[in-house]
Amino acid sequence: MFLINYIKEVAAAIGSLLKGMRRTGYYFTHHKEIITQQYPDNRDHLNLPERFKGEVVMPHNEANEHRCTGCTACELACPNGTIKVITKFDITPEGKKKKAIDKLVYHLELCTLCNLCIEACPSDAIKMAQTFEHSVFDRSQLTKILNNPDSKIMDGVE
Amino acid sequence: MQETIGHSATGDLVINVGPQHPATHGVLHLVIHLQGETITKVEPHLGYIHRSIEKMCESLTYRQFIYVTSRMDYLSAHINNLACALCVEKGLGVEIPERAQVIRVLMSELTRIASHELWWGAMAMDLGAFTPFFHAFRERESINDIMEETCGARLTMNYMVPGGVMMDLHPNFQKRVKDFLQLYKSKIDEYDEMVTGNIIFQNRMKGVGYLSKEDAISFGCSGPTARASGVSCDVRKWYPYEIYSKLDFEEVIETGGDSLARYMVRIREMKESIRIVEQLIDAIPEGPFQAKTKAVLKLPKGEFYQQVETARGELGVYIVSEGGTTPYRIKFRSPGFSNLSALETMVKGSKIGDLVAAMGTLDLVIPDIDR
Ligand code: SF4
Ligand code: SF4
Repeated sequence: MFLINYIKEVAAAIGSLLKGMRRTGYYFTHHKEIITQQYPDNRDHLNLPERFKGEVVMPHNEANEHRCTGCTACELACPNGTIKVITKFDITPEGKKKKAIDKLVYHLELCTLCNLCIEACPSDAIKMAQTFEHSVFDRSQLTKILNNPDSKIMDGVE
Repeated sequence: MQETIGHSATGDLVINVGPQHPATHGVLHLVIHLQGETITKVEPHLGYIHRSIEKMCESLTYRQFIYVTSRMDYLSAHINNLACALCVEKGLGVEIPERAQVIRVLMSELTRIASHELWWGAMAMDLGAFTPFFHAFRERESINDIMEETCGARLTMNYMVPGGVMMDLHPNFQKRVKDFLQLYKSKIDEYDEMVTGNIIFQNRMKGVGYLSKEDAISFGCSGPTARASGVSCDVRKWYPYEIYSKLDFEEVIETGGDSLARYMVRIREMKESIRIVEQLIDAIPEGPFQAKTKAVLKLPKGEFYQQVETARGELGVYIVSEGGTTPYRIKFRSPGFSNLSALETMVKGSKIGDLVAAMGTLDLVIPDIDR
C-alpha cells in the first residue's frame, strides 16, 4: 500500500513538473507571443505617451516668444528648489517698468518630475517633454535655462 | 563560551544576509543565528535606506509632501498618495467629486494588481524559478502602460492631489483597461499551472513559516500577511474610504497561516481586484475630476488620521497641524515594518533554506520599512 502511494505521489509530482514545462515550451515555440522590445534598436519608432513626464521645457513659437510672465508660481510650487526664476524689469513703450523673466533656471538633476510646477503655472508657459535619455558626462550639463536667448513674452499673455 | 567572530555567546554560528544580497529584496540586513542549519534567531537591522521622509514632509506644503510618499512603498505609490490626499482632505473638509473617487479606486486596484504581480514573480524567483518572473512582468507591463498614459509615469505617479486627481483620465483609458482585463484572464491560469501546482513549490511552502493568529495580531501584522493567519483586517471593509462601501468584493481570508496561505491570499486578492475594476470600468461617472480647492492649503489646528489598505497592508497617515501651510508633524504607519517584525517567529526552528521562502511571502518593500 505504501509503495503504491509512493509511486502515485512521484507520478503526480512528475506530472506537475511537466505541466509547467509545457507552458514554458509553448512560449519557446511561439515567437508571436514574445513582447520584448529591443530598446536601443527601436528608438526610431518608440512612441511615448504625450503625458509622459520626461523633463520640464518651455515651448517657444516661431517668433521666439514664450508665455512666461515671471510670476514665480512654479518656483513656489516646486518641492525641491529645482526651478529658479530670475526676473528683470523691461521698459514698456509707454515708459513704464514691467516685470519680465530674465532666466528660468531649471536643474534637471534635482527634478523629481512631479508635475506640480506645470499645474501651478497660470499661463501654461511650461510643459513636460517626452525625452528620457538624460545621461551626460558632467552634472553641470543638466542645469538648463528654459527660455531661449533673446526670447520675449507673447502678446496678450498677462 | 566566549563570543568570537562569527559565533555568538551560545556557540551559534552568526551570519549576515544582506544588506546587499541577491536573496533579500532591497537593502535588508538580517543577522541570523544558526545551530547547524536550524535558525535560532533572526535580527533585522534597519536603516540602510532611511531618508527621513517624515521629517522632510514637515518642511513641505500640503500639496508638495504627497509626491515624497511615492518613494516609500514604491509598488503601491498610488495608494500611498491616496492616503495622504485623503488625510489632507479630511482636514480641509472638502467633498470629492464622484468621478475622482471612482478614478482613485480604479487606480488603487490596478496598482494592487501590479504590486501582487511583481510579488508573484519575485516570490517564484526566491524559490529558484526564473521564468514566472517574466510572465509576471508581462502583465504588469500593461498596467504600467496604462499608468504611463494617464498619469505620465510608471512608478512614482504623483497623481492623487488634495481634492481629486491631477489630470483627467486619458481617452484611451477604458479601452486599455479592458484589453488588460482580457489579457489577464487569458493568462491567469498559467500562474497556477506554472507555480501553484508545482510539486517543488508546494513542498517548500506548505507548513513553512507558520504564523499563528495570535502572533499576527500581537505583532500588528496587516494586509495579506495577517489575513493568511485568519485575521480579518481589510481596511477597505472595516473602515471604508472612497466608494469601497458600495462595491461588491470579498475580503480574502485564509486560515493556514503558513507560506502557502499567504501566497493564496495574494493570488485570490488579485482576482478580487479584477472584480472591482470590472465593476467600475463601465460606470465611471461624468463630472469634474477635481474639487475646487484654494491655491494655498491650510489645515485647521488639530490631528488627522487616515488609514488605507495598500498592497502590503494597512498604511496610516497621521498629521498634526498647527494651522499653518506645512504639517507640524507627520507619522506614517507602514505595513512592512510590522510585518517584518513577525519574521523571527515565523522562521525560528526551521532550516535556513526556508528563510528566503518565508520572507518572500511577506512581500517586503524595504523603503517602506525604513522611510
Ligand atoms: S516637476 Fe516637480 S520637481 Fe520638477 S521642477 Fe516641476 S515641481 Fe519641481
Ligand atoms: S513658468 Fe509659469 S509659473 Fe513659472 S514664472 Fe513663468 S508664468 Fe510663472
